[in-house]
Amino acid sequence: MTPADIEIPITTRAWPLYRALVGLGLICALIIVSAYQLTAPVIERSKTAMLEQAIFTLLPTALSKHAYRLTAQNRFEPATDKRNSARLIYAGYDAAHRLVGFAVPARGMGYQDSIELLYAYGPEQQAIIGLQVLSSRETPGLGARIASDPAFLHNFARLDVTLTPGLHLAHPIEAVPAGKKLAAWQIDSLSGATVSSRAVAAILRQSSEFWLPLLTTRQEDFTRGAPHRDLADG
Amino acid sequence: MEHHTATSPTADDSAGDTDVFITGLWRQNPVFVQVLGMCPTLAVTNSALNGLAMGLATTFVLLMSNTLVSLLRKAIPRQVRIASYILIIATFVTAVDYIIQALSLELHKALGAFVSLIVVNCIILGRAEAFASRNSVRRSLLDALGMGLGFVFALLCLGSVREILGSGTLVGIAVLPDGFEKWVVMLLPAGGFFTLGLWLMVFKRIKREPPRATETQP
Repeated sequence: MTPADIEIPITTRAWPLYRALVGLGLICALIIVSAYQLTAPVIERSKTAMLEQAIFTLLPTALSKHAYRLTAQNRFEPATDKRNSARLIYAGYDAAHRLVGFAVPARGMGYQDSIELLYAYGPEQQAIIGLQVLSSRETPGLGARIASDPAFLHNFARLDVTLTPGLHLAHPIEAVPAGKKLAAWQIDSLSGATVSSRAVAAILRQSSEFWLPLLTTRQEDFTRGAPHRDLADG
Repeated sequence: MEHHTATSPTADDSAGDTDVFITGLWRQNPVFVQVLGMCPTLAVTNSALNGLAMGLATTFVLLMSNTLVSLLRKAIPRQVRIASYILIIATFVTAVDYIIQALSLELHKALGAFVSLIVVNCIILGRAEAFASRNSVRRSLLDALGMGLGFVFALLCLGSVREILGSGTLVGIAVLPDGFEKWVVMLLPAGGFFTLGLWLMVFKRIKREPPRATETQP
């Protein structure tokens, strides 16, 4: 049989159409679930390793880290199940087990999908002292530069997040047009990626307004619970 | 159920197996001849490895989708064929997305949204509709392999030139002296267009047939 003789079924009844689409849908669902089941454990391990690397990159003076979870009573307790990432933050400690800073995961809506960040907060500096984009689906070549553009990432070398006595941000973080940064709490936007830059500013503003008052008032949770180096998970 | 006989056979129909493979790889190269799949071609080829990874991911999706479309070609009614092909392609793109994440998160980050955008790469839908839906599984596999490797070849050509001139390296290994002033523009979208234009010119030149000798009267 030559290819020209191949018969392509054509029908005017609805049932064969439903049967074909539903059947194909089931096959496709099976393929997707199988691929997910096979790769999920490996992806999980890789993400954990990447997160650890990001924490020590953001807190270069830390030699160990420990995960804490915020409880319903607004206390921080050592996290035992780190697969559940809800209300989880990481504290970094130096060689003398002194707290050097926090690595805080944050998530929010970007231009077309959510952006996942990890930022470092230095309690002594009262500033965000580093930021890494863990995942984003921003426009390649434009918004995606929030993860790689050195000038943009330099905004977070020391981004002021001083708290007022009432435990609010003295100056809410804001994104300004490229090259217009005048104050330490402002972020110079990426030229051509204003939406993504504003999204990063909004994610940081919301996250820091929630976490920083808690981290400031509950410092004893981290110093009291400072793990012995051998027990720390990093 | 009525049956409709395909009345518009493609040029591929009469070709042998080797011809099917060579057509995709060279004669009808998806990038240099058909100028298809330009979005990933220009966007991810700022390094040879990125180009190779995107090419291999696309080849995997092409192979799997062509196989499934060919297997089910008699079971998929004509009215819903395009929706079915898109469903099949999206399934394998989702699978390849998981596989790349499992292999390397860094690579997954470098390829960004372009892995998901393989769904809309017209090479894949084009081959499903024009070839796999009319040919046996074996010939569809050969077609997918030829087209896929042709795409890999094109992306490697672009990625190598852009990486050498833009970063002074090839697959991460320094190939140019330290004093070389890097052409940063080659890593930007504009560099993608320059390099594509250059390769199209080279490919056209290579493929140009030699002029036939004119017969002369004795």
